[in-house]
Amino acid sequence: MEFIQVEDMSHVYYPGQENEHAALKHINLRIKQGEFIAVLGTNGSGKSTLAKHFNALLLPTSGHCYIDGLDTLNTEELWQIRQQVGMVFQNPDNQIIAAVVEDDVAFGPENLGVPPKEIRQRVTESLQAVRMERYRKFAPHLLSGGQKQRIAIAGALAMHTKCLVFDEPTAMLDPIGRTEVLATVKRLHEEAGITIVYITHFMEEAAAADRVLVMDHGEIVEDDTPAKIFIKVDEMKRRGLDVPLAAEVAWRLRRNGIHLPQDILTNEDLVVALCR
Amino acid sequence: MLTDITIGQYFPGASLLHRLDPRTKIILLFLFIIDIFVFDTPLSYGLLSLFTVSLIYFSQVPMRMMIKSIKPLWWILLFTFLINLCSVSGEAFAHIWIFALTWEGLRQAVFICLRLILLILLSSLLTFTTSPLALTDALENLMGPFKRLGMPAHELAMMMTIALRFVPTLIEETDKIMKAQKSRGSDFSSGSLLHRVKSLIPILVPLFISAFRRADELAMAMEARCYRGGVGRTQMKALRITTIDYVAYGASLLFACTLVGLKVIGI
Repeated sequence: MEFIQVEDMSHVYYPGQENEHAALKHINLRIKQGEFIAVLGTNGSGKSTLAKHFNALLLPTSGHCYIDGLDTLNTEELWQIRQQVGMVFQNPDNQIIAAVVEDDVAFGPENLGVPPKEIRQRVTESLQAVRMERYRKFAPHLLSGGQKQRIAIAGALAMHTKCLVFDEPTAMLDPIGRTEVLATVKRLHEEAGITIVYITHFMEEAAAADRVLVMDHGEIVEDDTPAKIFIKVDEMKRRGLDVPLAAEVAWRLRRNGIHLPQDILTNEDLVVALCR
Repeated sequence: MLTDITIGQYFPGASLLHRLDPRTKIILLFLFIIDIFVFDTPLSYGLLSLFTVSLIYFSQVPMRMMIKSIKPLWWILLFTFLINLCSVSGEAFAHIWIFALTWEGLRQAVFICLRLILLILLSSLLTFTTSPLALTDALENLMGPFKRLGMPAHELAMMMTIALRFVPTLIEETDKIMKAQKSRGSDFSSGSLLHRVKSLIPILVPLFISAFRRADELAMAMEARCYRGGVGRTQMKALRITTIDYVAYGASLLFACTLVGLKVIGI
């Protein structure tokens, strides 16, 4: 069994009521340990709902979601699942609990009942991993958005989580904060081998992933490498999504008879291909 | 303008008072409050005042701040003083209209005001030298024994922690909403009192809605980080009683005994 294994999973909000809404429809998905997956989709396509199933904040109304072999429907294993899958949400202000950075990072391990001495060590390690150890004693409201998101990441790392699920972590950040967060995510993936599920509206960020899922009306409609997804510019636009600027320029050039390789995703790729 | 508010008014420092365990400080504050109410001779008041002043000196909190903490209660002090001055019967030294001012009244007025000032100073000293988080931890710990009686000590402390964390965030938000409403032409600073109170509604409504939304998201974030109440939870910054705490207890008990001794002898 893979690290995350979703089998014929559906989620219906308000079942049986007037405003019943099927957010996920018969999803099947396998995510290997150590993968970096980006999830794309318009608002209401079910991305966030899917993400919340990965650490049992939401439970499938039918089908199953297994995390490291544990069924999220089994409430006895709930805390073990949540410890393994950390979440980072969109609004940096609404996920920081304590009034001092180090106390906030300690919140997770404190809940797990880790001895005080080990908590200190974990806090130091996690803050180092996100390059925030300088801000240990700061009050969160004095930090920038990107820094707050890195604190939220540290908070999840301190629980020794194996997988991080990001729900549009950069939507409220300025460009500097966005680069900061994405760089941190990439580093954690490469150096610590942490599995990443990254929901985003920014195609440039999705291009950094190993694999991209495209969601539409509660279904996974595409599941492939970024290069193969972003070459289908027409299809992406029809779904109300975009492609990275470089991919679109390459696509238009190709249509005009200029020969370019198929895997252009970043500006650097494009420059290299054009200068050849 | 709103961002000037400081709640809890903690003065970070490394004085003896800062290093005491917050529980010690709370317990000793209670002891001194009892001292202040029980011992009412001039000599004991003198000693208590001297003691308070020396504590302020040791705490390294600026005297200016201590005086500022009394300021909001100035009217209450004045009122208490006048009531006592006029209402106690005894040998009068002056008559104003229908009131007779007596020596006994003056004595009692001075004492009661002194009592109030000492109470305010000592309690402010506690909040000035203890971080709000340490204070909530200490309260949780001290209320621990009442948990068995159904007192939600951990939940109360967690609520305080979150409230303190969100004070700056919500103040910032209020500021933002006020600016947004002002930019649409609303006016908060003129008109009758009723008008001004009414003009607060367009600030409070969005503020409350946003606070509820924040609460909802925060609850989800807390659950995602395995929060499940106080059972089985550990703390990174565990409270510890050290030598200075024992010294403080000892000194305070000695001081209280001295006051008892003085009372027994009748000075």
